[in-house]
Amino acid sequence: SLTKIKMARYSFDLSFFLARTHVNYEVKEDVAVIRMNDPNSKVNTLSVRMQNEMIEVFNEVLANDAVHSAVLISSKPGCFIAGADINMIQACNTSEEVTKLSQEGQKMFERIEKSPKPIVAAINGSCLGGGLEFAIACQYRVATKSKKTVLGTPEVMLGLLPGAGGTQRLPKMVGIPGAFDMMLTGRNIKADKAKKMGLVHQLVDPLGPGLKSPEERTIEYLEEVAIQCARGIVHKKILLTKKKGMMQKVQDYVMGIAFVRQQIYKNVNGKVMKMSKGLYPAPLKIIESVKAGLEQGPDSGYLAEAQNFGKLAMTSESNALIGLYHGQVACKKNRFGVPERPVKNLAILGAGLMGAGIAQVTVDKGIHTVLKDTTVEGLSRGQQQVYKGLNDKIKKKAITSFERDSTLSSLTGQLDYSGFEKADMVIEAVFEDINIKHRVIKEVEAVIPPHCIFATNTSALPIKDIAAASMRPEKVIGMHYFSPVDKMQLLEIITTDKTSKDTTASAVAVGLKQGKVIIVVGDGPGFYTTRCLAPMLAEAVRVLQEGVNPKKLDALTTGFGFPVGAATLADEVGIDVAAHVAEDLGKAFGSRFGGGNVDVLKTMVERGFKGRKSGKGCYVYTPGLKSKDVNPDIDDLLEKFKLTPNPSVSSDSDVQYRLVSRFVNEAVMCLQEGILNGPVEGDIGAVFGLGFPPCLGGPFRFVDTFGADKLVEKMRRYEEVYGNHFTPCQLLLDHAKDSNKRFHK
Amino acid sequence: MNAIRGKTSFKTAHLLQACPYLTATRSLSTSVQLHAQVQTKSKKTLAKPGVKNIVLVEGVRTPFLLSGTTYADLMPHDLARAALQGLLHKTSLPKDAVDYIIYGTVIQEVKTSNVAREASLGAGFSDKIPSHTVTMACISSNVAMTTGVGLITAGQCDTIVAGGVEFMSDVPIRHSRKMRKTMLALNRAKTLGQRLSLIGSIRMAHLTPELPAVAEFSTAETMGHSADRLAAAFGVTRLEQDEFALRSHTLAKQAQDAGLLSDVISFKVPGRDTVAKDNGIRPSSMEQLAKLKPAFIKPHGTVTAANSSFLTDGASAVLIMSEEKALAMGYKPKAYLRDFVFVSQDPKDQLLLGPAYGTPKVLARAGLTMDDIDVFEFHEAFAGQIMANLKALDSDWFAQTYMGRKVKVGAPAMEKFNLWGGSLSLGHPFGATGCRLVTTVAHRLLKEGGQYGLVAACAAGGQGHAMVIEAYPQ
Repeated sequence: SLTKIKMARYSFDLSFFLARTHVNYEVKEDVAVIRMNDPNSKVNTLSVRMQNEMIEVFNEVLANDAVHSAVLISSKPGCFIAGADINMIQACNTSEEVTKLSQEGQKMFERIEKSPKPIVAAINGSCLGGGLEFAIACQYRVATKSKKTVLGTPEVMLGLLPGAGGTQRLPKMVGIPGAFDMMLTGRNIKADKAKKMGLVHQLVDPLGPGLKSPEERTIEYLEEVAIQCARGIVHKKILLTKKKGMMQKVQDYVMGIAFVRQQIYKNVNGKVMKMSKGLYPAPLKIIESVKAGLEQGPDSGYLAEAQNFGKLAMTSESNALIGLYHGQVACKKNRFGVPERPVKNLAILGAGLMGAGIAQVTVDKGIHTVLKDTTVEGLSRGQQQVYKGLNDKIKKKAITSFERDSTLSSLTGQLDYSGFEKADMVIEAVFEDINIKHRVIKEVEAVIPPHCIFATNTSALPIKDIAAASMRPEKVIGMHYFSPVDKMQLLEIITTDKTSKDTTASAVAVGLKQGKVIIVVGDGPGFYTTRCLAPMLAEAVRVLQEGVNPKKLDALTTGFGFPVGAATLADEVGIDVAAHVAEDLGKAFGSRFGGGNVDVLKTMVERGFKGRKSGKGCYVYTPGLKSKDVNPDIDDLLEKFKLTPNPSVSSDSDVQYRLVSRFVNEAVMCLQEGILNGPVEGDIGAVFGLGFPPCLGGPFRFVDTFGADKLVEKMRRYEEVYGNHFTPCQLLLDHAKDSNKRFHK
Repeated sequence: MNAIRGKTSFKTAHLLQACPYLTATRSLSTSVQLHAQVQTKSKKTLAKPGVKNIVLVEGVRTPFLLSGTTYADLMPHDLARAALQGLLHKTSLPKDAVDYIIYGTVIQEVKTSNVAREASLGAGFSDKIPSHTVTMACISSNVAMTTGVGLITAGQCDTIVAGGVEFMSDVPIRHSRKMRKTMLALNRAKTLGQRLSLIGSIRMAHLTPELPAVAEFSTAETMGHSADRLAAAFGVTRLEQDEFALRSHTLAKQAQDAGLLSDVISFKVPGRDTVAKDNGIRPSSMEQLAKLKPAFIKPHGTVTAANSSFLTDGASAVLIMSEEKALAMGYKPKAYLRDFVFVSQDPKDQLLLGPAYGTPKVLARAGLTMDDIDVFEFHEAFAGQIMANLKALDSDWFAQTYMGRKVKVGAPAMEKFNLWGGSLSLGHPFGATGCRLVTTVAHRLLKEGGQYGLVAACAAGGQGHAMVIEAYPQ
């Protein structure tokens, strides 16, 4: 009993000394200003601590008779609440536990929603996931028009659903179609759009310099306006039920018809199935939860939401997507430290698709960019690409025409090497020919300063072979961008054993500035990404030769979860590039990289079927048309190279696993050989660079989930028919032998 | 520049009621000594060895009228012509005694794009006098004057007429770009078929007219919106703005009634009456002002129609000479034009902070402190903009963070500040305001017996101007 007393005193003392750290409030006359600020993080998340303190504060505010209303605001400049704490969900072992978490959240927000004292959410910065659900439970929302202010429900991208009332409140707030759009795409909504949708009530402009820093004063101003709103609501100067316009009345009437709603569910369901091929359970559960609420009432709706949330949290898809999220965060950090000097002047050689694409993602990041080509025509094309990229952003209202112009003032197009003496980094994106690359490296090294880094953008040539022509191989590095550069998030950086750490740090820093997700891999033919893709493409060619037409091949690969089918991917990459890579890597790795006949690709190139860029490849591309037909000449061509399929390994499923297992095996081999730093980078590279199915989380997570033993079993079966193309690598065999071995903990 | 006047219904309120309220709430004192005793000061002159003394001989302006009123049917050069004729009349200047004429304007009438030339020809100046037009938003006539100062300093000229004009009753409204393109193509069309096909291509969208931009080109933000954000950034309240606006109108009314606005010439408007007074001065009451809704940022903004300058028609002109020439021609100059600066900064967040940046710079050039200045004339674009500039000038943090200064220069003393009203009350014809400010400083120095005056103004594009003026020994 003595210990009990001691404990009691101890805990009393604790609560005395451990004041609230995450949530605090200040009463300004009749308004309580509740401020959130997680002291241990750049962003606020709805962690257990945050929630507990919030409930405490909320109770005190409700109990305080002097307070008539409240403002909820974050003290962090760029973040309201970034979402729920993912770790909180991952710590659960059963779906029931997760359902309980969801129900606790629902309960808390229900109290907020039913609060007798109006609560105004004052939003500056990201208001996502659980943060948005919190905000929409409040009576009123004011948001800044800052570029950092985004609202959204990104749960679907983690294989989850908005589990704290989001699926129930959103349809009522923004309408059924709007709510589905938000929850099924997970996209970020800017303040202006949010106001139009009815997601926020009032907007506040960000402020410039005054008597305090713009960030600080903007938050203060937001608070002032929110306090005015809170008082306005109390004094009935602001009405919470807005008079409905004609359009709104019509819309409400239409949505009130059960038949119309059924059509919408059906329609949305159809779209989701078409896009996701049924591989992603979250969108379907979102539709289900919304439907439950609207058709069977709130009790069923909230229950469905909580239960579905619990179920989703236990799916392998959610696990995979959350893994990718963590991986992506990890690959947005520079593990090589801060480079000795920042790159302020970047020169790009070659104004082709890649070169101009690299310029496009660099020029608006405050880096002066030189784009050099050898011909006026080539240079003009590249400059036009950069211009168009920026101009398209104006159309999307992401930037103004003035911002385009001032951004473009950082781009210099030229045909000579003038000014290269100021370059901090040169990225060459010239033709993939070792002799040309050697000539270029010599030319460039004659004009650049000693500290300048020479990066080469190649998809397959080993960096050490290119560096052989360099006088300072420690400054040579590979930067493998993916096309189209402005859309593809991945950058694969390749270091040789001579590349210095500072060179790597600098390349990563530039890539991060360009907004890339970065993997840093070792040197070797095809590095990591190209090396994984090559055997899969070789298998795809074999599949084509065995009589599967390109459309069917695409259907099989997308059916497995690849966003782009194998035949379409080959067209996008370029048949000539694929032929080139297949031949090069074939030489480097020998018969293991065989499969389809390289001559299929070569013949296609000879006949001008180089893929999308030439208008014909596996498909025929008509400018302006989205749909594409199979190239009619391809049948004849494939007929010449026809192979007889072996029925024992040619079912649809077998074809899929033949394609995927070769990819996965090569990825594992890259880890085994030390090309890869770890399975996380392997997964990120495969998903973000090559479109490996995100629902599988990458090749390594796939092995963990699917089972190495089962995969090896399949490969052995294919090996019997096709030989060493399917021989599993040692690391994969190790994992197959010991089921405790996993790539991801 | 994007000034507004929404309501024109402020009653000519009881000044006596308004004033005590003002003085009670803030130190924007209106208990002004309009007939201050002429003090004799013995401060040093700002003359610099080897630099010509340049003097303001005279300054005039047409009455500034709310656009759409008595001047409505004129053209810009008509107004400029009236100002020039007024100057000729007042100075008895021979019509061929001027070396160069420079005018400032903002919204250009395309038919008279060199409005300086059209106005000077029409005003009867010799056709041998070259003239050109300059533009720099609300400080256009300041540029006209400093261009003249430059020409005299460089020894190119001795006698300059500078001025400014703005005519907002009529602005160029264009056909849409699509329509213009079609019309220009129509000009070149050779066959009837081509013409018909072009005419047939005209759609409803072609007919949408293009209004002159009311927004900053680089940021697409209207000036009123920017002013409201600026006021918020400096924590300027609605009350402070309304008080300042009321002060401006009250002081303008007092000055008008006392006959102090001697730069205003009377102008017989063709087909209309003779105008002799500014017509935008309307002292109201705080209660009336408080009723207005924000004009730009709704619903929580603080800038209203009443605490912003309004769209104005008007023209001004000044006669600037080298001191030697003025004396040789038998003139008694009013003031020396001394050091001046032009500044510019971020057109988005610091659009209207020109005075805050310009003032410390020009004081440093002239070797003066804020205390040395006897007369301040700042351009009042918006009450919120003026208050923000005053707060910026009075902030060490702002001086250190944004101007690279160790300490602030301090805010001007309100008992020296815009004592005869300002752009908020007198009106603000964009291109013409600069000359009004300079002439007013000269007249106030004479009246109040001060020695140094300071002009400061902001302008679209995030630019600004400041000039030190020294009283001419009487």
